[in-house]
Amino acid sequence: MNVLEFTGLVALGSLLAGFLGSLTGLGGGVVVVPMLALLFHVDIRYAIGASLVSVIATSSGAAAAYVREGYSNIRIGMFLETATTIGAVVGAVIALHVSGSAIAIVFGLVLLYSAFVSSRARHEHGPELEGSPLARRLRLNGTYPTNEGSQPYGVTGVPMGYGMAMGAGILSGLLGIGGGAIKVLAMDQGMKIPFKVATTTSNFMIGVTAAASAGLYLARGYIAPGITMPVMLGVLVGSMLGARVLARVHVRSLRYLFAIVVVALGIEMIFNGATGRL
Amino acid sequence: MSTPTTSSSSSAKPGQWNDQRIEIIIGALLRTGVLLAAALVLAGGALYLNRHGHDVPNYHVFHGESGALKSAGAIVTGARTLRGQAIIQLGLLVLIATPVARVAFSAIAFAIERDYMYVVITLIVLGILLYSLIGQ
Repeated sequence: MNVLEFTGLVALGSLLAGFLGSLTGLGGGVVVVPMLALLFHVDIRYAIGASLVSVIATSSGAAAAYVREGYSNIRIGMFLETATTIGAVVGAVIALHVSGSAIAIVFGLVLLYSAFVSSRARHEHGPELEGSPLARRLRLNGTYPTNEGSQPYGVTGVPMGYGMAMGAGILSGLLGIGGGAIKVLAMDQGMKIPFKVATTTSNFMIGVTAAASAGLYLARGYIAPGITMPVMLGVLVGSMLGARVLARVHVRSLRYLFAIVVVALGIEMIFNGATGRL
Repeated sequence: MSTPTTSSSSSAKPGQWNDQRIEIIIGALLRTGVLLAAALVLAGGALYLNRHGHDVPNYHVFHGESGALKSAGAIVTGARTLRGQAIIQLGLLVLIATPVARVAFSAIAFAIERDYMYVVITLIVLGILLYSLIGQ
């Protein structure tokens, strides 16, 4: 295999990564890391560098459309980003003192459980259009586009969601991946907002968390241009395609897709932890 | 531009800054950053493939990228001499800068909207972001 073939194949796989990542709000890393590490035998550090690139590309590529169409809730996103970024800094400090392997295994199990919980269907529009007093005070309630037009929703469980977002940030700082899944769960299970708003707002947020650690990865030499190029271009095209499809996807199908990708992520984490690759 | 009423409890009058307008501008900002980054990576990639397309990729063993591709200053210098790999990394820097610029713009937009609580929230995010980007 020469560089041309490598570039083409990685771009193709990254297209799928961007597509799935933009729909589920998980970023493209779930697909990119195992693809590079297992299929192309790329060293895990280059794979992690590429994963970071794919997360930023997925986020920005799809967010342009999601924000404009009114799916992403920029206030929820910005409010929770205070938690995720603080968490990421804390996680990076903790990472110096604890073993990533054990955390990866525990986190993988948490993800498997989360996939089970989130696949159970729930009413999309809760009765509480008013939201909780704290949500009103923070102006978190919003509207989002549905087939029946613009639909208002109320936000509850703000402290719970904020705590989970903090946990998502700590995990991002600690392990480098997996924060997106917890962000979606924080908004879906914690704050009870519509699933599409949760995934697109997570998609909006993950780019910021990833950008915060990009400088570190670049300085450590994890980011190889020959890998970055096909990953970034493939992921961008894939994420823009995903953003076009989202409006037509049924929430139930999206929940199943999310659960499947989260199960894959959980297995990946347990595998990485057990083989000491994190 | 017809703007149907949108999100949150904003009671903005037409022509005033409201969430919808912020959303449209943030969308355009993200799109511009992404397209600029993609154009740079595409151009750098073409140069790189033209020169190295028939080499054998070797990423099995981690050796870390060379100093010329690790810091912003070195990347800009390399891109000026039209080195394909440096131009790809320059595109990457633009991609990294895009969400940072988005947060910075949001702070300004919330200030114009006189939503000072969110100005503070956004500045906290921007502060932590810059701290972790520069602190490393």
